[in-house]
Amino acid sequence: MARIVAVTGNEAVAEALKQINPDVCAAYPITPQTDMMQRFAGFVSDGKVKTEIILVESEHSSMSACIGASAAGGRVITATSSQGLALMWEMLFIASGLRLPIIMPVVNRALSAPLNIHGDHSDAMGARDAGWIQLWSENTQEAYDNTIQAFRIGEHMDIRLPVIICLDGFIISHSIERIEYIEDSDVRNFVGDFKAVNPLLDIRHPVSYGPLILPDYYMEFMRAHAEPMAKVPKVVLDVAKDFEKISGRKYGLFEAYRLDDAEIGLVILNSAAGTSKDVIDEFRNKGIKAGLLKPRLYRPFPYAEVGEALKHLKAVCVLDRADAFGGSFGPVFIDIAASLYPYKERPFLINKIYGLGGRDYLPEHAALVLDELAEIVKTGKVKTFKEYIGVRE
Amino acid sequence: MAENVEVRWHGRGGQGTVTAAKVFADACLSGGRYVQAFPEYGPERSGAPLRAYNRVSSKEIRLHCPVLKPNIVVVADPTLLDALDVTEGTPDNAVFIINSSLEPKVIREKLKARPSQKVFTVDATKIAVECFGRAMPNSPLVGALSKISGLISLDAILDDVKKSFSKKFSQKVIDGNLEAAKRGYGEVREG
Repeated sequence: MARIVAVTGNEAVAEALKQINPDVCAAYPITPQTDMMQRFAGFVSDGKVKTEIILVESEHSSMSACIGASAAGGRVITATSSQGLALMWEMLFIASGLRLPIIMPVVNRALSAPLNIHGDHSDAMGARDAGWIQLWSENTQEAYDNTIQAFRIGEHMDIRLPVIICLDGFIISHSIERIEYIEDSDVRNFVGDFKAVNPLLDIRHPVSYGPLILPDYYMEFMRAHAEPMAKVPKVVLDVAKDFEKISGRKYGLFEAYRLDDAEIGLVILNSAAGTSKDVIDEFRNKGIKAGLLKPRLYRPFPYAEVGEALKHLKAVCVLDRADAFGGSFGPVFIDIAASLYPYKERPFLINKIYGLGGRDYLPEHAALVLDELAEIVKTGKVKTFKEYIGVRE
Repeated sequence: MAENVEVRWHGRGGQGTVTAAKVFADACLSGGRYVQAFPEYGPERSGAPLRAYNRVSSKEIRLHCPVLKPNIVVVADPTLLDALDVTEGTPDNAVFIINSSLEPKVIREKLKARPSQKVFTVDATKIAVECFGRAMPNSPLVGALSKISGLISLDAILDDVKKSFSKKFSQKVIDGNLEAAKRGYGEVREG
């Protein structure tokens, strides 16, 4: 029987980690992740999990300790935000290059300077090409569910890659929502026992991690690394099917909301997708065929599937909660543009940057964007391809 | 009261306003409802004005933004009435619950509430001081909100006050808060 509770995003993810009971957790506190790891450390102190906590002096060290513990053969977790993820950057590539299935919730927060602790996707976008799988979560329920599924995905024998689970700082991490917890035994059975691959602690079968590879083989190694990444979408879908059996909740590579017959649509990650869906419904009630696509598996990005889901629309706006300076478009926009490029007939595509540093994303913002898309369809003309919304200019 | 309620709390840091929003959300879970409770995060300083929000609905709540048109506004600190406009964004049928020792009529005039809006007062600070010796108005206000919103019974809210406070406080403090919530429920008056 599912337990219905009202909890914060941080509390829910900490609960999932408790139910999974990993071997090692090496973490360093940073707002808004702190409260998640504090709760988990409480579970360790109270003997509710058998996890060994390693207290470290920085995030560079926490990821280093995770890499060591994972290579040794353990099921390993950490969590971070913002500057913490930025400080891990060097080690992120080592975790993925060594094929270590470390699981890391990232509570999305803006990057400094100027210093800001609020919700923003700049942190995870910086780790987008680090070889980690990324799952994004609209709300507390999805953050909890994605955390549980992340272990099965990352630890799958065809994959063996680290996974980041994204949830919006404060908007989700510190807000209480109604969610359903799955029974401990169901979560444990679903995730299963950890199977170590070439563990360092298996001293009868000594192995080396992180050797030097010069130009003669480095490129072959990197090419081979693309193979497990290519298999991720199928595994994500298989795991989602099994997850539905224990939870009743369906997950895909992305959520397509009222998209089948849509003429205009939004593409948007995480919590702002929920707010947008309410506005999509209002437009539908007015007879305007609006829809929404919310990426879930953001790395590897399912280009073909996303392109197929969007190609029939007339105009699409991609909303990014992270900017790419230097005259470029936001990161999600670039991926959506690449998804649609192969099609001769494709929608008009515009980009809006919203919600930086925790700026509120309101229903009226979604409505303005949808009105603009309807206008583009009517006139066949795009006035501005990239624009900032909800900002004083 | 409708099955889709949005509450805005106005308080000052340290008055337990955020806790009150949490307790109310938790109590509203019963009956299969969906709930949200979240503060507006800023620099968290004791005494600084803050807002917190609740959404309660029979349907899944997908909005993840501040409540802009609250059905119910709860003011935990009467001095805030001089500092900010607590009626901002309120619809014609909005309800105000103000912690004040003044007559509801006086508060109604001060708020310039529209005739269709309802104004209630409860002397939450006095109740709190009498029940557990501290000027923490949150428990009486949660009691008053339960009654006015009609969403939950007094017993349900008392259960949740007990659950929420038992993690941190002694039996004496819990009993005081239960009494305070009961009195808030009983003593809230319309003007």
